Amino acid sequence: MYVAVKGGEKAIRNAHRLLAHKRRGDPALPEISVAQIEAQMHLSVARVMDEGALYDTQLAALALKQAAGDQVEAIFLLRAYRTTLPRFCVSSPLETETMRVARRISAIYKDLPGGQRLGATFDYSHRLLDFSLLAAGELPEPLASTENPAEDPAPCPHVLNLLAEEGLVKTEAAAEAATEDDIPDITRQPLTFPSSRASRLQILARGDEGFLLAMAYSTQRGYGRNHPFAGEIRVGTVDVWLEAEEIDFPVPAGEIDLTECEMVNQFVGSKDIAPQFTRGYGLAFGSAERKAMAMALVDRALRAHEYTEEITSPAQQEEFVLAHCDNVEAAGFTSHLKLPHYVDFQSELGLIRKLRAEHAQKHAATEDASTHHQPLQVTP
Amino acid sequence: MNTQPQPETQKRQQWMYALSHARLAELEVFEPQLKAADWQLIRPPEIGMAMVRGRMGASGAPFNLGEMTVTRCVVRNHENRTGYSYIAGRSKKHAELAALADAHLQGERQADWLSDLIEPLNAQRRARVSRQAAEAAQTKVDFFTLVRGENDA
Repeated sequence: MYVAVKGGEKAIRNAHRLLAHKRRGDPALPEISVAQIEAQMHLSVARVMDEGALYDTQLAALALKQAAGDQVEAIFLLRAYRTTLPRFCVSSPLETETMRVARRISAIYKDLPGGQRLGATFDYSHRLLDFSLLAAGELPEPLASTENPAEDPAPCPHVLNLLAEEGLVKTEAAAEAATEDDIPDITRQPLTFPSSRASRLQILARGDEGFLLAMAYSTQRGYGRNHPFAGEIRVGTVDVWLEAEEIDFPVPAGEIDLTECEMVNQFVGSKDIAPQFTRGYGLAFGSAERKAMAMALVDRALRAHEYTEEITSPAQQEEFVLAHCDNVEAAGFTSHLKLPHYVDFQSELGLIRKLRAEHAQKHAATEDASTHHQPLQVTP
Repeated sequence: MNTQPQPETQKRQQWMYALSHARLAELEVFEPQLKAADWQLIRPPEIGMAMVRGRMGASGAPFNLGEMTVTRCVVRNHENRTGYSYIAGRSKKHAELAALADAHLQGERQADWLSDLIEPLNAQRRARVSRQAAEAAQTKVDFFTLVRGENDA
């Protein structure tokens, strides 16, 4: 229990002023702009949008600036802001098949329709600090862009569809046939257990990357092993069409950047199901490959009951994963320990003093008794 | 609801697509023409959100991914045409200009607006898209598998 306290206004005001100066840093250096963060820290911006559950690169960059780079704080700021906005409508389901891909790789097929494109990736970088960035490093020449002005390039078919055509992996459409109206929304209705896959995916999409990564890693190390392959990872731009109430056709509203990951997992089959591959799905705003992969692994792990797998590990336990993956909730409950618990603690203090007094009394009594019966004192 | 839209609707979706995908700076160039005649705001530009939906496994049932900011606007132009816009992001200016263009494009001078406004916007967008595609194409990779024992032969 915590109680209201009064006072401290001046100290709090001054703490805010101090924070503003601390955030600004050395005034001799130029101030970092939101536009710079948006453009040059786009991976950090993507994480804030994902876990803040709101796609807006400028607001995510602003949140990062305000939070002095603290991502969980920035995510909290964006979550709080989103509660102030009205929701106009929903989008038509994104057609990621039509993604204009900036990157697309597969670890299961070497040659695939549409080809593999590495895009902008850290995958092939030596993890050595690049000291040229410390100095005014020179940019490499930009890629020649006019050489090969392909008209809207042909969309890349999803790799998993190749397996699905052969019946080697379940087709998703057949597996889940919900109507548009009963798509659960965890921002409107509280989560109930057992959960639907739709609500799990929504929670994982806004879940903490670190937590999900650790959960995903645990499945690879044997806690709920399901032998995953990265079927396909794609990063790029997808059109958004909105289903606005007052307009009787889908309205194009622009585009967003997305990262999508499809995992293929081993499944030996069961009494009723022939052996076939199973799948886990990850989708994230912006370039967020690690997040999308972790999400896909955890999505698959949480489908354990669907495949009547034995649920033995944390990553397979939906209540454990879904109730603890939100970093705004987790940080909030941990932070509440900083609130005044003075009264609470006073009673604990009283209790512990009383217990100690009783303990001392009893101890004294037994010591008294033992000196009579055991004359020899052994010191270690 | 996903039945093939009427040709008129399709045409309108195409110009709305061009208007929503345009960069604000590209659209602002046309502001004087768009605002040349009298017009009025029916619903002033308003910032809100849309819930973005994905599909499980890219092709399955829909789920709620997360929200995005959206700005919408409704205007009426001198011909008494009503124009609508829903634009990703928080630019009230973008929403207002797009709604105005939508109104004009439903009017008498549709062909002119298509050629003078929508075509240039589409051309700029195509250039942007093909530039990005060309960059990505240059990172296209042909992995080859090494055969074990190959070097011993």
